[in-house]
Amino acid sequence: MVLLKIKFTQQRRVHLAQGLWLLSWMAVLWGGIIFCLGVYLKTELLRRAEVMDNTAIHVVPNILMMVGLASICTNWVASRVCQDSMDPTRFPRWKVPLLAWFAVSAVLCFLLIAVVVLSYALQGSLEDSLKVGLRNGIRFYKDTDVPGRCFQKETIDRLQMEFRCCGNDNFKDWFEVQWVSNRYLDFTSKDVKDRIRSNVDGRYLLDGVPFSCCNPTSPRPCLRYHLTDNNAHFSYDYQSEELNLYSRGCRQALTNYYMELMNATGPGVVSVIFIQLSVLLSLRYLQTAVETAMALEDPEGDSEGYLLEKGVKETIEDLKTNALTILKFGQVDPAAAEGSSEAADVEKDEKDAPPAPAS
Amino acid sequence: MAFMPVKFNLQKRVKLAQGLWMIYWLSVIVGILLFGLGIFFKIELRKRSEMMDNNESHLVPNLLILVGSLACGLNAFGGKVCHDSLDPIKYAKWKPMLKPFLLLCCGFNALLLLTALLCFLMQFAVYLTLAEGLKNSIKFYKDTDTPGRCFMKRTLDMTQIEFRCCGSNNFRDWFEVQWISNRYLDMSNDLVKDRVLSNVEGKYLMDSVPFSCCNPGSPRPCIQHHLTNNSAHYDYDHRIEELNIWTRGCREALFYYFSSIMNSIGVLIIGTIILESVDMAGLKYLTTALETMEDPENPECESDGWLLEKGVKETMGELFNKMKTLGKTNQVVEGEDAPEG
Repeated sequence: MVLLKIKFTQQRRVHLAQGLWLLSWMAVLWGGIIFCLGVYLKTELLRRAEVMDNTAIHVVPNILMMVGLASICTNWVASRVCQDSMDPTRFPRWKVPLLAWFAVSAVLCFLLIAVVVLSYALQGSLEDSLKVGLRNGIRFYKDTDVPGRCFQKETIDRLQMEFRCCGNDNFKDWFEVQWVSNRYLDFTSKDVKDRIRSNVDGRYLLDGVPFSCCNPTSPRPCLRYHLTDNNAHFSYDYQSEELNLYSRGCRQALTNYYMELMNATGPGVVSVIFIQLSVLLSLRYLQTAVETAMALEDPEGDSEGYLLEKGVKETIEDLKTNALTILKFGQVDPAAAEGSSEAADVEKDEKDAPPAPAS
Repeated sequence: MAFMPVKFNLQKRVKLAQGLWMIYWLSVIVGILLFGLGIFFKIELRKRSEMMDNNESHLVPNLLILVGSLACGLNAFGGKVCHDSLDPIKYAKWKPMLKPFLLLCCGFNALLLLTALLCFLMQFAVYLTLAEGLKNSIKFYKDTDTPGRCFMKRTLDMTQIEFRCCGSNNFRDWFEVQWISNRYLDMSNDLVKDRVLSNVEGKYLMDSVPFSCCNPGSPRPCIQHHLTNNSAHYDYDHRIEELNIWTRGCREALFYYFSSIMNSIGVLIIGTIILESVDMAGLKYLTTALETMEDPENPECESDGWLLEKGVKETMGELFNKMKTLGKTNQVVEGEDAPEG
């Protein structure tokens, strides 16, 4: 009982081959686009690698790039098969490679679905990575004379200006670290000495933020220091002032940016899944139709194309028995060895037995 | 005696037609590129128009858009003519239009030359507009409550951040204007009163700059206020401090940006002029080669192609005579009227 049979005339077979050839070239193009999307996403992640703690999120662009390249190759092979399908001398050599092709194609579709799932599932991991990375960035902001950290200040400043954010969760994160280097502090000044003595770790903490937190859309020139002190500035209320600094935290800003980027690649990935599935199904129909046509006496006559020769359950059982026989091929079967030696003994006994009564 | 004659057989004619067809389509792509560049330049001017007092001249981008679309049209027509040139029936319907088409191409080349010249010369106008516009922008920085100027502060801050510049000539321009609105000044404070009384116009002037002048590459947290007072900050000397704020002026930064755009467009237009001249020469050779076929029914015959039918001097002489006679047809010829009268 065949699955999803369709009748094919010679005309239809030719049309199917031509249409599939076009479809597979389109799939090659889409594979290239997926590859480029993966490269773009990877570059964007690498640009901000300094504020990320781990690279778990890189699995998404890596899979996209791999699938893009694999898709280009497999769909190019599909177009070659289409070209050869109308030539009865060249088509039979594709019989075994096509089985491998179907397996690879199915794996590609599965990987693409996995990418869509992963891009949502890894959001938490991305946030954690950014949390740790930004916390370190803010802590090492002042270390512009320590090798390996001298550009941390510039990186954080440019990040805050470009993404319009301040601090990790909000601007108060800057109140908890010393972001002014000791080289620029006058330790003979009373104010500095008071501040340093006011906390256990001896850090110079202040209720101020770097200039990169300033919001240009504020109608008032930026207020950066003594932010919690209403009396330090004319007509200023710390509780109700909203436009002076960026209110968003950089972790939120970066997570939103990357999530938007991955969501934007979503439709592209879904359409590639559909195209790949249609190439797979069409190629299966073309293969079966051409094979049945070549088996007929009149190769130009009508033939049938199908998806599976037997029903789904029977095909799965067939596959199971095939796989088991391939596995058994490699093993020495002890039961069979014993059975064969016993059978040899029984035969020997039988051979000995008759001569006895005879003699 | 023709100018630069070349002998053509069928093979050469076909090759010329094919090569010319490809060059014409390349010229169409260049025309599209010019059109796109014109639009890009127009958008850039619009984006920075607040820095130029909304006074900037859009002549160059408008010309570029016109020239780009004309190039597309003319070269597409030329490509179609080349495509049809080897088929005598199709070619016959284009034949009468070819002379005016070549004249039109000459005029188009002159227009391209004019556009290239303007690209290089209008940079002076851009410089002057920028100088005037930036001076006003700095003056109106504080007017965030005046309708029509409320976004000047944001635009100028974003420009200084993006182009890494401060002030018009340099950061000292900020010392000469009041850039803090009176709404945020405590007029009852003695310090404020002193500053306001210290100058004739009653402006609150300080030796400070806005935050957008800060350089993120400085190892030290940005010093914005009391820039000329060494004792206001620990370990600070304003004469040798270079990295704290941007030292370049925004006029220079913006002018450099626009002039590099205009120079690249100018160079591209010169390349387009050369390409168009090659197109015209090729088309002239093709048309003359097809005209001089001895036996029009036999495509295999040989023919001659040339750029000008007579030499350069003779052609120039003929042109002058033609222009003289054109002028004379409008005048009343005195000698003839007298016998009639």
